[in-house]
Amino acid sequence: MFRYYVKLALLSIRKNPILSALMVAAIAIGIGACMTIVNIDYVMGGNPIPHRSDVLYHVQLDSWDPISPAREPNEPPDQVTYLDGTALLKAAKGRRQVLSYRAGRVLQPPDPDIRPFEVMARTPTADFFPMFDVPFLYGQGWDKAADDNQERVVVLGKEVNEQVFGGENSVGRTIALNGETFRVTGVIDRWEPIPRFYDVSNNPFDEVEDLFFPFSVAIDNELGNSGNTNCWKPSDGGWEAFLNSECVWMQFWVELHGENEKQEYMAFLDAYVESQRELGRFPRPLNNRLYDVTEWMENQEVVADDVQVLLGLAVLFLIVCLLNTIGLLLAKIMRRSGDISLRRALGASRSTVFLQYIVEAGLIGLTGGVFGVALTWLGLKGIEVLYGQFDFIGNLVRMDWLMILTAVILAIISALGAALYPTWRACRIHPASQLKSL
Amino acid sequence: MLCMQNISKVYRTDSVETHALREFSLTVDEGEFVSVTGPSGSGKTTFLNIAGLLEEFSNGRYELDGKDVSRLSDKERSRVRNEKIGFIFQSFNLIPELDIFDNVDVPLRYRGMKAAERKKRIERVVEIVGLASRLHHLPSQLSGGQQQRVAIARALAGEPRFLLADEPTGNLDSGMAASVMELLTGINRSGTTIIMVTHEAALARRASRNISVRDGRVSSGNPVHLAPAATA
Repeated sequence: MFRYYVKLALLSIRKNPILSALMVAAIAIGIGACMTIVNIDYVMGGNPIPHRSDVLYHVQLDSWDPISPAREPNEPPDQVTYLDGTALLKAAKGRRQVLSYRAGRVLQPPDPDIRPFEVMARTPTADFFPMFDVPFLYGQGWDKAADDNQERVVVLGKEVNEQVFGGENSVGRTIALNGETFRVTGVIDRWEPIPRFYDVSNNPFDEVEDLFFPFSVAIDNELGNSGNTNCWKPSDGGWEAFLNSECVWMQFWVELHGENEKQEYMAFLDAYVESQRELGRFPRPLNNRLYDVTEWMENQEVVADDVQVLLGLAVLFLIVCLLNTIGLLLAKIMRRSGDISLRRALGASRSTVFLQYIVEAGLIGLTGGVFGVALTWLGLKGIEVLYGQFDFIGNLVRMDWLMILTAVILAIISALGAALYPTWRACRIHPASQLKSL
Repeated sequence: MLCMQNISKVYRTDSVETHALREFSLTVDEGEFVSVTGPSGSGKTTFLNIAGLLEEFSNGRYELDGKDVSRLSDKERSRVRNEKIGFIFQSFNLIPELDIFDNVDVPLRYRGMKAAERKKRIERVVEIVGLASRLHHLPSQLSGGQQQRVAIARALAGEPRFLLADEPTGNLDSGMAASVMELLTGINRSGTTIIMVTHEAALARRASRNISVRDGRVSSGNPVHLAPAATA
């Protein structure tokens, strides 16, 4: 019978093309507006590393001002000081740990025909690559010995490798960064964690850095941070003084498996802070934090409040569109009351009539969903054009298969929901009532 | 086959009660051709709707094929309509966007019949009404008489126990009306019970029994079929 209902639905749509088109348009516009915002919310709130998000922990130590917290109501600073970061790194109490910050450099390609250009570099310790499961196109990261020996090694991003080496396997070849030679140990494949979870202090929707070289080398080069640096008391002049200051400017992540390891690590952090108090640091009450990736994204409110407000408005708009669809569907069904009466007289039960019109509504919903996907794509393109000056916007206006499927399913469910009342009315049409009006 | 006893039907609005049928009693035996006549508003169509389970009644008892049908659920009433009753309406009531084949197919679809069996039945009944060559025409491409023949084919396709015809020739000229009546008479001769509501005395006379309805009651004619007396 389903095929028969589909056939009747197609005939009905063909019989009332304008009314049907209006319904499809109402659903498509509602879905398009709603899914544009849902899509952005989904991309912003997505888990950037789902298979490891529960073993990666962001570390916060409350080394802040005794008078006021780093962030209300009583949040510790989002980043760590050099002193604390390197101490935690040296203690190596986690399975793996990584300390990093980002810095701008000028890359001089070996090919003299390619002009030097600015790159954004991340300066992590060696565990960065295995901890964050960074995919490699060629080669690999560096090891702990390279960190310890301040080796001038570099991992290139895919785009930089294409720019400098034409996309070839460049492992073993060299580039110069601000005049200093670095040997390539690996080239990263396309890697776009959204949000860029390992450093949300500096726009979480920025792209992954162009290249990576060891933290120890960056410190040795007295390379300043290109991200946020926050200090609650002034640092004395000079690099050494900055390193020994209470300024926070680095991100520290640790890999822990299970609750026990987490509790042990927390105890270690508390003990570390207590030991630092004896040196006159950490004037605030004990307030250390360990957040896994998803908790950290929530804590940092990566999905902005205004997106949530927009999402609410978009859902309201979809409801308005569906109310219109209910009206249109009601008009359409009432126009077909003679047909319904006749079918009832010829043996269709109420449930049969219900199914016939629900299938028709589903078909309209499906069509609305397909057009809705197209409108969502247009909406996202519109946002991209409107906010094109922000580099990160390209990362937010993507649409994956899950969202396409969601849009279509939402459209069908919406249409079925909108059809419930009109279809119920159709079922109530008495078999004898309209036979003379057909 | 059809037995109505003291059937009443009252339509109620906020301020008015209309008695469409009052203690209406009628028995129709298998194979009869009964015509029902009466002035407009006398209750003919209400009777036909109740007989065809298109409407419920207020009081009384109605048995169809020996079964009390007054307390059937919607689904059961639909099944009885589909399997036992064929309807022929004054205005043909064909679905304009469906061709002849698909129009005749409608009641068979609701019976859940296999496609091959449906096709066989449709071709047979369309042949009976003389429209085999028009199987894939739309109703709008047929004359009034031909459309009524399609409606008769649709009523016959389900092989019902009886046909209910509401002014089947009311929208036809006399030539077409005669041909439709010819067809109905033939169908009755082949064993199908027919109850036909009509205004026209001439057509009513072609039935084996005529019932006249006035003010919701049988006013003349015999509400019970009297078998002819046996001859020595």
